Formats: sequence, C-alpha cells, structure tokens
Amino acid sequence: MMDLSAINPLLFIAGFFVAATPLIFAAIGELVVERTGVLNLGVEGMMIMGAICGFATAVETGSPLLGFAAAALGGAALSLLFAFLTQVMLANQVASGLALTLFGLGFSALLGQSYVGIKPPRLGDIDFGPLADIPVVGPILLSHDIIVYLGIALVVAVWATLKFTRAGLVLRAVGENHDAAHALGFKVKRIRTLAIMFGGACAGVGGAYISLIRVPQWTEGMTAGVGWIALALVVFASWRPFRVLLGAYLFGGLVQLQLNLQGVGVAIPVEYLAMSPYVITIVVLVVLSRDSNRAPGSLGRIFHASH
Amino acid sequence: MTQTPLLSLTGLTKAYPGVVANDNVSLQIAPGEVHALLGENGAGKSTLVKMIYGLVKPDSGTMHMNGAEFAPAEPRAARAAGVGMVFQHFSLFDAMTVAENIALGMENAPKLGALSAQITAVSETYGLPLSPDRIVGDLSAGERQRVEIIRCLLQDPKLLIMDEPTSVLTPQEVEILFTTLRKLSADGTAILYISHKLEEIRSLCDSATILRLGKVVGACVPRDTTARDMAEMMVGKLLQTPTRTPHAKGEIVLQLKDLKAPAPNAFGMALKGISVDLRAGEILGIGGVAGNGQDELLAALSGERPVAGGMLLHSGDDIGGLGPTKRRARGILAAPEERMGHAAVPDMSLTENAMLTGAAREGLDRRGFLDWSAATRFAQSVIDTFDVRTPGPQAAARSLSGGNLQKFVIGREVLQRPEVFVVNQPTWGVDASAAAAIRQALLDLAETGTALIVISQDLDELMEISDRFCALNEGRLSEPREAQGITVEEIGLMMGGAHGMEVAHV
Repeated sequence: MMDLSAINPLLFIAGFFVAATPLIFAAIGELVVERTGVLNLGVEGMMIMGAICGFATAVETGSPLLGFAAAALGGAALSLLFAFLTQVMLANQVASGLALTLFGLGFSALLGQSYVGIKPPRLGDIDFGPLADIPVVGPILLSHDIIVYLGIALVVAVWATLKFTRAGLVLRAVGENHDAAHALGFKVKRIRTLAIMFGGACAGVGGAYISLIRVPQWTEGMTAGVGWIALALVVFASWRPFRVLLGAYLFGGLVQLQLNLQGVGVAIPVEYLAMSPYVITIVVLVVLSRDSNRAPGSLGRIFHASH
Repeated sequence: MTQTPLLSLTGLTKAYPGVVANDNVSLQIAPGEVHALLGENGAGKSTLVKMIYGLVKPDSGTMHMNGAEFAPAEPRAARAAGVGMVFQHFSLFDAMTVAENIALGMENAPKLGALSAQITAVSETYGLPLSPDRIVGDLSAGERQRVEIIRCLLQDPKLLIMDEPTSVLTPQEVEILFTTLRKLSADGTAILYISHKLEEIRSLCDSATILRLGKVVGACVPRDTTARDMAEMMVGKLLQTPTRTPHAKGEIVLQLKDLKAPAPNAFGMALKGISVDLRAGEILGIGGVAGNGQDELLAALSGERPVAGGMLLHSGDDIGGLGPTKRRARGILAAPEERMGHAAVPDMSLTENAMLTGAAREGLDRRGFLDWSAATRFAQSVIDTFDVRTPGPQAAARSLSGGNLQKFVIGREVLQRPEVFVVNQPTWGVDASAAAAIRQALLDLAETGTALIVISQDLDELMEISDRFCALNEGRLSEPREAQGITVEEIGLMMGGAHGMEVAHV
C-alpha cells in the first residue's frame, strides 16, 4: 500500500545533499580535467579506489577525515597511472580511461577483501549551534557533515579559479588549443598531469563519501555507476561548474525520491524507479545544453610537441 | 652600417633525425630594419625563427642581442628580451575573448579591464581596429592577425617576427598591415619577415637572407632585385613559367543556377545564390579570403553535400542530388584543400588512396571486388607522370611531404580524364617548382577540353592560369570577369574590400 505521508519532507530534502555529494566531487574533478583537454573515462575506477582507501584508512585509524585524505591520495595515485599512459606514453585516452576503470574495480576488490561487513567510524555533522534550530532551513541546510559543504565550496572555487585567475585562464587555454598554448610557452603536459591528479583526488573523495557516509560499509563495485553519471554530467553541463552542481542535485533528488517511493510501496516496478534518476537527469541536461554545447577544442586529442 | 646589430646569429646549426634543418646559419638585423627570410618549404626558415623565439634549442652556434649573449630557453625568456612573434597558423584560442587571448601571451598581464584599455589604445595608435571583448572565433582572418600583432606590441618588442603574415589577407588588409609595419620600423622596431610572396618583400623589406636546404645561399636588397632572381636563388635553378596556349572554349558543361546551401555548422558559411556557367576547356578562377564559402562550394560541387534539384546541371542533366561516386562516374572530379584526411587518407598507402577516388572511372573494382594490381598500376602512373618523390605506391600517404602528396592528389584526378575538375587551393604549402608543375598540369588539362574551377587564395596563381576570375565573399560569388588585364585593386574590391574592417568599428 502506498502512503506518501510516511515520507518526512525535511529529511527527504536534506537527503538530496547526501545523495549528490559523491557526484559533485567526481564531476567537478572531471570538469577540471576535461577543461585541460583530457578525457579521463576512469572516474568510476578512481572513485572505487577512493572508496576502499578511505574505508580502510578510516577503519584502521578510527578517523573518517584521515580516511577522506587517504581517499584523495588513492584516487590521485591511480590517476597518475592514467597520466603516465596518456601524457608520457601518448596512449589513447579513451582506451586508457576504460582500462583504469576496470583496473580500479578489480584492484579495490582485492584490497577490500578483509573489510567486508565492517562498520566504519562515523563522521559527525557540523554543529551550527542555535542556527541549526531554525525551522526548515536548519534541518535541510545546516545538518550535514563537513564534506557536503566542502563539495559546494569546491564547485565555487573551481568556478572562480577558471573565471577570474590567470591559472584558470592558462588551464582553459591548454584545453582549448594545446598547440597554441605550447607555442606560447605553457607546459601542456605538466598542467594536464596536475589536472588529472586533481580529478583523481576529487573522484577518490567522492567514492569515499559513498563507502564512509552514504552507505556506509564496503562492498565490491559499490560506486555502482556514479562515475559514469559524473562523466555524462560534465558533458551535459556544458563544462560549467554551476550546471554540474545543479545536475548533481537533480540527480541526488531523484535518487532520494525513488528510494522513498520504493519505501512506501508505489505500484511501479522497482527497476523503473531505479533507472529513473539516470534517465531524467540526462534528459534535463540535454535540453539545457542544446544552446551552448561547446567542448574544449583539444578534448581527447593527444598532444605531441613536434620540434 | 656601424651601429651594433640588434640581433646577430653566428653559425646556428640544428639537426633533426635524418635532416639538418639549419646548417651554420648566420645573419644580422639592425634596429628598425625590415629583414626578409626567404626560402622554399623545408628550407629551415621556421626552425630558425623558432630558435630565436626559444621554442627550439640550437645544437651549436650563438646568438647575440645588442651585443650580449642571447640563448632563450623558452618563449618566455625570448619575450622578456624583446622578441615578439606572429605565427603562421595563428596561435589563438577560439572560445576566448580578444583580451583573454592577449593576456595569455603576456608575462605580467594586467587585470582584464586595464588590459582592454591598453588594447584599445595600441589599436588606435597603429591603425588596427579591434574590440577587446569579442570572441576570437567570430573574427575574420585579418582581425585575428591583429590580435596577434597587438599581443606582441603590448610587450614593446625590439624585434617582431612575422611568419607568412599575408597569406590569409585581402590586398587591402595587406596594405593596412604594411602601413603598420612601416610605422613600427620607423619607431625603431626591427622586423624579421618570412614570406613566399616576393613582390611583397620587394615593397616592404630593406634586406633579405635566402635559405636553401638549411644553408644561407645568398643575401640581397629586395628593392634592387627582381622577384624572378630571388625565386631562382630560393630554388637553386631556373624556374619554368607555366605556358598557356590559347584554345577555343567549348559548350557549356556545368551550370550553377542560384545554388544555395545552408552552413554545415556554426563555423561554416552558407552559399547564397551562386550562378555561373562553365564551358569546356575553360579555367574559372575563384578568389576570396578563406572562410567565405570555399569549402562549402567544393562540397556542393563534388557531391559531398548534395544540393536541391535544379541548382546544378551537368550537360543539361540535373545532378544536384547525386553523391560523389555518381558524379565521379559522370566525370566530375574534385580535389579538396586539406590533403591529409580529406583528399587522402593519411595512414593508407598511395595504392589504396588511388583506389578510393579512382575506382569508379578507372574500373578498379568489379562487382564489389577490388582489382589491386590495376590500382597499383594506376598509382604508379600518377607517381611517374607527376614526379611524386616517394619510395613507391606502397608508401603511406602520411609519409609524403606536403608538396609531393599534393602532386599525387592532383595527378590522381587529372589522370582520370575529368570532364569537370574542381580544385581548392591546388598549391597551398607547396614549393615554387612543384607549384609551377601543378599549374602547368591544370593548364594542360584545360587544353584537352576539361572545364576547371580553381579555388585559391593565391591571387598570382589565379591570374596566371584563369580565363575568367570571380571572388567568393560571404557565400556569394561575384560576377565573373575576363582575367586578362584585371588589376589587384579591382580584385580586392571583388573580394569585399578590407574584409572585416567595418565589423571591427562596432
């Protein structure tokens, strides 16, 4: 029987943020990578590596924050493999990215064998004091852990960096036309490698958010395609940070909605509910991106400094 | 001259695997001097300026700037020492604004607001109208070049290097550029000017150094030397001028009737009502600045992008809806501008490339099965007839130099005895002797009764071979005129005057 009144609207909306956070991290990292002209399809692999590195470290040290730091390191370490393949060996980016995902999934399963069924230490919510008691706003906006706020801050920081700083200008230039950037004397490979590592670290944190907070436990392949959604999100957000944020919340909200609907027993087969967030998010972003679908000019092209 | 040279190069040598790009090159440039660097493709001009600009390190030899040792490790160091460079293929970022592009090329770029004011000031001083907030992707070639020049000027260069700056400009734009360069030179800025266009060098440059196969083979004062003498110094042998014999023109074979086509993409150009008749044995030259519909016109004629019925007639039959293969079978052949990836598949052998366009007319396939030995013979005959320098028909297209591949691509079509032949930029990036051979082949083809449409940005080339001349501007074709006796000014007007100037004032 269906009983929509069983859904608590405040908890429901607050859940958007938790559901969206892994996606925000993975997508904003990949956005930076793609703005430098590199297409890294290994997001899923880097996320799952972050998920296990973060989980294992948090369990061993008892500190969730150390776990997130380890997740960032783990994701960045795996992304270095991708950077080596594509920037040094000049391998095809699509194939290397797919390999990275497959490798990450397998390697994380190996690392995680002894962590199945364990509960990780909990990361507490930030105490906003009396502010948290404000009706509606308090429970929705001010009842989260630090990583949620860090994710939003990261999106703002990436946007501001790309738009207002010289570093951001150079980064966009490398992605727009790597030959021209090279001719002006910018270190294309160095900038791209750094961006790839940043993307890896972000994906790692996103993955750890799933294993440490959202689920929270370790199972093989637990990122369940969020990395792929992050990739699609970047494209359909037209490589703009705030559209990524918007898309992530939309997706998070839909996931939350379908879970709640499943919980109250709506008479729609579970499979339809489970796939609806993916379909609806993509459809909305495709419609949004019709006007301004402009990929970075050098995206996915191999850079070789001739002479 | 007794003053210290601004820049002096002594014994510069740079070798790449298999080729010595620069061999013991020395030259001197005085402050305020406009110095031309002449040479064929592959003579080592680009390598030389890249060494001055810090993009390439010499193997041996020294450079001195104002008497002091000068060895820039990277472009940044060269720019700091007062060297600016305007690249042949513009090093611009299409999705960014003019101001952002300029900021990228500066060491200590001010805030964008202040920079915009500086850009406006410099552009007014030197007569280079340009608005700082426009997106570079929307600019004309001339305007894009202004972006590069202003980027250099903002850094107060003592030496400005210009690599083939006029190849994309209309004659009027060239005049504006030369006025700017003369002003700069009068202010004491030295200019190192690379160009194939000898008449331009004669009007602009104070001195010239000529390179051949990486070595300095001569120097001259361009004003006192004929273009022909300079060309022969570059090539190292006497040049054959293409000869044309007057011959009667035949029936009308191809008619374009109010041909319209939408732009293929955001950066393309729509064709807006092009009408022209083409007779057998005639060469119609089509000039115009790149991006005014050249590629689109070729695609419409070759069948790559079929057009609506009634717009394109071949011997009276409507062929607008036919694709390339059917048009090829009728004898309408085309050679597009881009050799690598459009006219030829880079990673396939010459035999395979010959098969790709020759199959229909040369009978290289039978009921879907390919006759490779016939294709090899056909490729070999192209190689022999057009003097393509390559180990053989099994060589990959990618391995050929630009000029050799161009000879192959043109020869492959010419040997298929076309009835109508459409070619875009037949000698782009091809050295003088190969260009002369290609032009001669086109003239010979016309003599045998083929109708030709030659689209080119090289006006001298069009004047040399065209019977009638017209220009593409914004997707429209001007009224064709007899090419005999037409002046450069008239051509410039046909091409739309100083293209893009009006836009820049807005």
